[in-house]
Amino acid sequence: MSRVWSVDVRVTPREGILDPAGETIRRALGNLGYEGVHSVRAGRLIRLEVEADGAEAARASTEKMCEQLIANPIIEDYVVRVREG
Amino acid sequence: MTVGTKAGMEAGMGGMKVGIVRFPGSNCDADVYRAVTEGLGESATYLWHKSTDLQGVDVVVLPGGFSYGDYLRAGAIARFSPIMGEVIDFARGGGLTLGICNGFQVLCEAHLLPGALVRNRNLRFRCHDVGLRVENAATPFTSAYAEGDRLHIPIAHGEGQFVAGAATLDELEAENRVVFRYVDRRGQATEAANPNGSARNIAGIANAEGNILGLMPHPERHSLSVLGNTDGLGVFRSLLAAVADGRGRRSDHGPPEAPEFAAGAVAGAGVSS
Repeated sequence: MSRVWSVDVRVTPREGILDPAGETIRRALGNLGYEGVHSVRAGRLIRLEVEADGAEAARASTEKMCEQLIANPIIEDYVVRVREG
Repeated sequence: MTVGTKAGMEAGMGGMKVGIVRFPGSNCDADVYRAVTEGLGESATYLWHKSTDLQGVDVVVLPGGFSYGDYLRAGAIARFSPIMGEVIDFARGGGLTLGICNGFQVLCEAHLLPGALVRNRNLRFRCHDVGLRVENAATPFTSAYAEGDRLHIPIAHGEGQFVAGAATLDELEAENRVVFRYVDRRGQATEAANPNGSARNIAGIANAEGNILGLMPHPERHSLSVLGNTDGLGVFRSLLAAVADGRGRRSDHGPPEAPEFAAGAVAGAGVSS
């Protein structure tokens, strides 16, 4: 049964890729007195409404979009989550 | 050696036609046009991103700017523009293809060049002249220079940090594909001379075949004596010599089509890059 699924894609800098934005946030947190923040990685959340025959199909379709456009696998990792409801 | 067009024509050289791709948000297209037409006296034409006709050009240039507002990632959306299918075929088939700044980002996103360009390490938009060392003067883009030449060329970018895996970097070095490197006044590739944190001070790289070059600095901005510096003109002069030598290939004409110049709204055009 085809319906519209709400899908979240979380894109983050890959392990080992320097993330200057995250590092700047970490330092700012330190300046504010938040001790013990060892690492900050800043990514982006992309929320899609995808029509598909089931949650699995929505996920598969979104993963294809990630490979082609939404993420750059050279520098980024991504996680796809189909939201229930 | 200086070979202008008129001298070239007299010497029996065929001249060169350069195609400059215009994406919504390109803003260094006219600079390249002037470098080619006024700096060299060669011909240039604009190629609209929605077109699929490369108009028989000898060289394709992807110019600087903020194509599609740099949304998602710099170059990521432009890479799927209609004309990019033709550009990719042209480049893969040996056509001389030059990506400057945003054009370099597009070439990486299109996997025509390895690696990626990410946010400058210092998070600053850097807009000033840099020292560039010519690492390989045997490419169709650098034959007018000598290896080790130090050029003075402007940069203008926020996302110019070149990153790639260690294996890719080693391969680039071993195959002499690092074409330009950021250097200081003494020609040393120091950390202080590196404006964006690029791996191994890399400013420009070529593909394995040598017909595709991407670089972050803007040679077209230092190509006219009226601008006070012509260090960058050698890139275009080299291309002219390469075309005269029959390197690269001429693009095909695509099917005739209606121009759609009004169709694309220019998104996020900034002052430079």
